[in-house]
Amino acid sequence: MVGIVGYGTQIPRYRIKVEEIAKVWGADAPSYKKGLNLNEKSVPCPDEDTATLAVNAARNAMIRAGINPKDIGAVYVGSESHPYAVKPTGTIVSEALGACPYVHTADLEFACKAGSEGMFIALHLVKSGIVKYALGIGADTSQGAPGDALEYSASAGAAAYVMGADNLVAELIDTHCFMTDTPDFWRREHANYPEHGGRFTGEPAYMKHVSGAVRAILEKTNIRPEDFNYMIFHQPNGKFPVQMALKLGFKEPQFRHGLLTPTLGNTYSGSSPLGLAATLDVAKPGEQILMVSYGSGAGSDAFIFKATKRLDEVRNLVPLVRKQLDEHKIYLEYGQYAKFRHKILKPE
Amino acid sequence: MEVAKHWRETPERYRLEAGKCSKCGKISFPGRLICPECGYREFVIHKLSGKGKLDTFTIIRTAPSGFEDLAPYAVGIVELEDGIKILGQITDCDPETLKTGDKLVAKFRRINEDGKTGMIYYAYKFVPDVGI
Repeated sequence: MVGIVGYGTQIPRYRIKVEEIAKVWGADAPSYKKGLNLNEKSVPCPDEDTATLAVNAARNAMIRAGINPKDIGAVYVGSESHPYAVKPTGTIVSEALGACPYVHTADLEFACKAGSEGMFIALHLVKSGIVKYALGIGADTSQGAPGDALEYSASAGAAAYVMGADNLVAELIDTHCFMTDTPDFWRREHANYPEHGGRFTGEPAYMKHVSGAVRAILEKTNIRPEDFNYMIFHQPNGKFPVQMALKLGFKEPQFRHGLLTPTLGNTYSGSSPLGLAATLDVAKPGEQILMVSYGSGAGSDAFIFKATKRLDEVRNLVPLVRKQLDEHKIYLEYGQYAKFRHKILKPE
Repeated sequence: MEVAKHWRETPERYRLEAGKCSKCGKISFPGRLICPECGYREFVIHKLSGKGKLDTFTIIRTAPSGFEDLAPYAVGIVELEDGIKILGQITDCDPETLKTGDKLVAKFRRINEDGKTGMIYYAYKFVPDVGI
């Protein structure tokens, strides 16, 4: 039996409201809020990046896991905003945790799916018996070009998962993947912002891959939508996951706890992992959880977890997701936001 | 900052590792070769809790190179639960609202970078301990 031994998250304190962005570009804020089911998003402080969010989330995960960092055999950090083009984020995280030097580390990149890729590899590496514990982390300070629709949703956050075979807070029931080459979103080398295919990001991309992964894992495990207590889909906005969930036969109470986008935005690689963390924050022993990520390019990873008794014992050792999301927020005006996100050109 | 110097100080900067004298138990941060209390030369690693209260601070309004985007920001001396005082930058807050005695906690943050193509330096900073 393998699964999650500990989980932790980090969400920046800063926020910007949709109205504040729309005001600058002369856009209709109510249309964006309704169309994206989004009210505000998190913004990283200038001294926060993917590495710092990953470390702080992983430290919380380690506290819940209660393990010796030297027992971690692998660290995988998924992100589309790694601080360096060449130099791993994973070494920074491993060193900060005290896991070096006997640890395998890799940085992963697959648009918004990179975090769940790390979780997938970590789980199966533990299952193979090669390592005792492995960390899978999804972290991003995602980019949205000024004035682009993505600027309203691209946000920052991280979730980290310590995977192991004992003292589980959630047991892994099964995994399944669904992957094709679909060019719905990309960022070329040296480009500051990604480009996307507009409406093409919907039906042939997000919808096809999420539903493909869901149908495949349901068929593989012979579990029905109504058998799950909770479900989390990737959240590029607040609309797509709700549409998809209802279409596949899930109900609002199943996705209510994991749907964070309306006040968090899209944390890219952190998105569905953060939704899973928020769900673990409320799940009771024995309850079943379905998590399905989505990454443009394109693919989905599906996971089924079952909460264990230990979840209640470690849950309150570190801050819950809703606490990080709802409390002590600091709101920014667009000028401050532009400075924080390095959107203002300054002399070299 | 020199890359090698930063790298040598990784245990302190990344993990808040101090040296605890094996003879008298005095904690030194950063670690020392000779205990300032008893002169002993053997130490064990002591990981600082990172939690403490603000002892004193100043607000930097004219920031040095590389810190301009954060100004105004506070730099303070924090008295840790471990009984020692360490210096650090205080972030994630309006510095005007800080007062001595405030509870703070260390977080892993970006300190500076060598321009747009150089190394990025990470270490601890302090943030208000508000439970998030």
